Amino acid sequence: MSNDTKPFIWRGLFYLLVAVIVVYNLFPFVWALLSSFRPSNELFSTKLWPTALTLDHYAAVFKDARFVASLINSVIVSGCTVLIALGLGSLCAYALGRLPFRFKAPVLYMVLGMTMFPTIAILSGLFIMLRTLGLFNTRQGLILSYLIFTMPFTIWVMTQYFRSLPKELEEAAYVDGASPLKVFWDILLPLTMPGLVSTGLLAFIAAWNEFLFALTFTVTDNMKTVPVVIASFAGTTAFEQPWGSIMAGSMVVTIPLVILVMIFQYRIVEGLTAGAVKG
Amino acid sequence: MAKEIDLHARQRRLAWFLILPSVAVVILIVAYPFGQVIGYSFLKAKLDGVTPLSFVGLDNYVFVLTDPDWWHAVWVTLIFTVSTVILESVLGLAIAMVANSKFKGRTLLRVAILVPWAIPTVVSSKVWQWMVNDIYGVVNIILTGLHLIPQKIAWLATPATALPVIIAVDVWKATPFMALLLLAGLQLIPKDLYEAASIDGADKVKQFWKITLPLVTPTLLVALIFRTLDALRVFDIFYVMVGGQANMATMAVYNQQQLVSFLDAGVGSATSVIIFLVIMLFVILYTRFSRASFE
Repeated sequence: MSNDTKPFIWRGLFYLLVAVIVVYNLFPFVWALLSSFRPSNELFSTKLWPTALTLDHYAAVFKDARFVASLINSVIVSGCTVLIALGLGSLCAYALGRLPFRFKAPVLYMVLGMTMFPTIAILSGLFIMLRTLGLFNTRQGLILSYLIFTMPFTIWVMTQYFRSLPKELEEAAYVDGASPLKVFWDILLPLTMPGLVSTGLLAFIAAWNEFLFALTFTVTDNMKTVPVVIASFAGTTAFEQPWGSIMAGSMVVTIPLVILVMIFQYRIVEGLTAGAVKG
Repeated sequence: MAKEIDLHARQRRLAWFLILPSVAVVILIVAYPFGQVIGYSFLKAKLDGVTPLSFVGLDNYVFVLTDPDWWHAVWVTLIFTVSTVILESVLGLAIAMVANSKFKGRTLLRVAILVPWAIPTVVSSKVWQWMVNDIYGVVNIILTGLHLIPQKIAWLATPATALPVIIAVDVWKATPFMALLLLAGLQLIPKDLYEAASIDGADKVKQFWKITLPLVTPTLLVALIFRTLDALRVFDIFYVMVGGQANMATMAVYNQQQLVSFLDAGVGSATSVIIFLVIMLFVILYTRFSRASFE
C-alpha cells in the first residue's frame, strides 16, 4: 500500500465508524416514527418497507380522551415544576454562589448529595405524606414530588453559573449604593439567562419523562401523565397490543423533546456536564 | 468602612432569606418523608384503612431479608447494574473519542447521540418492545432473514433473553450521557501533551493508555457513580418491558409492588431503607476507591 492512500483509507474507516454510531443512536427512533405512519395491516406483517403511509394512528390517539388528558397533565405538571424549581432554586443559587454567609459549604454539600438521592428510598414516605395532606392523586402532589429531583439539580448547576460571573460586575453597583437584591435582579439574573434556559430545559425533560412517582401517586385517568398512559395502552385482549397507537402516542411525546434537543443541543450539553465535570 | 460592614450584614441576612424557601421545600419533601420511611419500617402498617398501626420491631426487615423474591430482585439488579455500567463506559468512551476528533458533521453526531437520551424511558422501552416483538418485530425479521437465528425468538418471554434485551435498551439510552460527560473530560486534556508524545515517537495506542485514559479517569469515576446509582434504582425499563413477571423484578420494582400492590407501607418502607443502605454502600466503595487511586 502506498503512503498516499493510507490516510485516505483511515479517513474512510473513520467516517464509517461515525455512520455506525449515528445509525445505532437514531435507528430505534426512526423505526418508531416509521411504524407510527404504517397502516395496521402492514404493521402486522413481516414486510420491512412500507408501501403505504397513514395518519390513522395519530387520529386514534388524539380521539382517545385518556391520552389527551394525560398530555395536558404532563404539560401542567412539568411546566409548574420547572417554574417553581427555577424560581426558588435560582434565589438559593444566588446566595450560594455570590453572597457570604456561614455554613455555606455544608449547604452546598447537602445540595450535591441530594442531586444523587435515590428517589425510590422515599417512595413510601411520600406516598403516606401525600395521602395525609390530601394531595394523593392530584397534580399538585406530583409537582411537589417532582421538586425532589429538579430543585437540588437546579440549585447546583445555577450556583456554578453565578460563581462563574466576574466579581467586578456587582462591585461597581454596590459602590453606587445598590442593594444586594437589586444587584441580583438587575445585573446577575439577566447574565445567567443561558444557565436558566439549559437548567430549565433539563428539569423539564426530567419531569416530562418521570414515571415511578406518576405511576405510584395517581390512580384515576384524569390525573395520569403521558408516560403512565403510554405504558398502559392496552388492546382488546392482553395478547394484542395496539402498536400503531402506542408508536403514534410515543412520537407525540417525543418529537417536541427531539426538536428542543436539536435547537438547544449546545446548552443542554453544557448544563448536563456543568453538574458533573466542574464540581 | 462602616458602609462595607453594613453591606456584608445585609448580604448575610439576604442569603438566609433566599435559602430558606428552598431548604423548607427540601425538608418537607425529602427529610420528612425519609424520616417517615425509617419510622414506618418498624411498624405494621397496612394501608387498607382497617388494620391499626402497631410497633413490630425488626419484623419487616426480617420479612424482606428472608424473602427469596427479594434476593432474586437483588441479583437481577446487580447483574443489570454491572453489565450496563461496564458496557456504557466502554461504548461511551469510544463515542466520546470519536466526537472529540475534528471532522465535518460533528454537530450531527452530537445531536444524534442526544436523541436516545431525550426520549422518555417509557417510550424507549415501548419502542424496543415493539422492535423485539416475537412475530412482527424488526429484530426477528432481520435476524431470521440473515439466517443468524433459525427461528423467531420470543425475546421477552424468558429471563435468559429478556435481561440481555433490557440491558441493551439501557445501554442504548444511557451511553449518550456517559459519552457527553467523557467528551467534556477529554476536552480538558491539553493538546500539547499529544504533540509532545508524537514527537517522542509514542503511537496512538500508547498515547491512549499513557495520556487519555489516566487523564479522563476523574471524569470517568464521576460518570460511573452517576450511572451506578441510577442503575441500582432501575424501575421504568423493567416495569414496562417485563412488568408482570415475578422472576424479573428489580429492587425498586419489588419495593413499589410491596407498597402499591400489597398496600404494605411497613414492608415497603423497610425495603426502601435497605435499598438506601445498598446504594450508600456503593457510594462509600466508590469514594474509597477514587481516593485510593488519586493518592
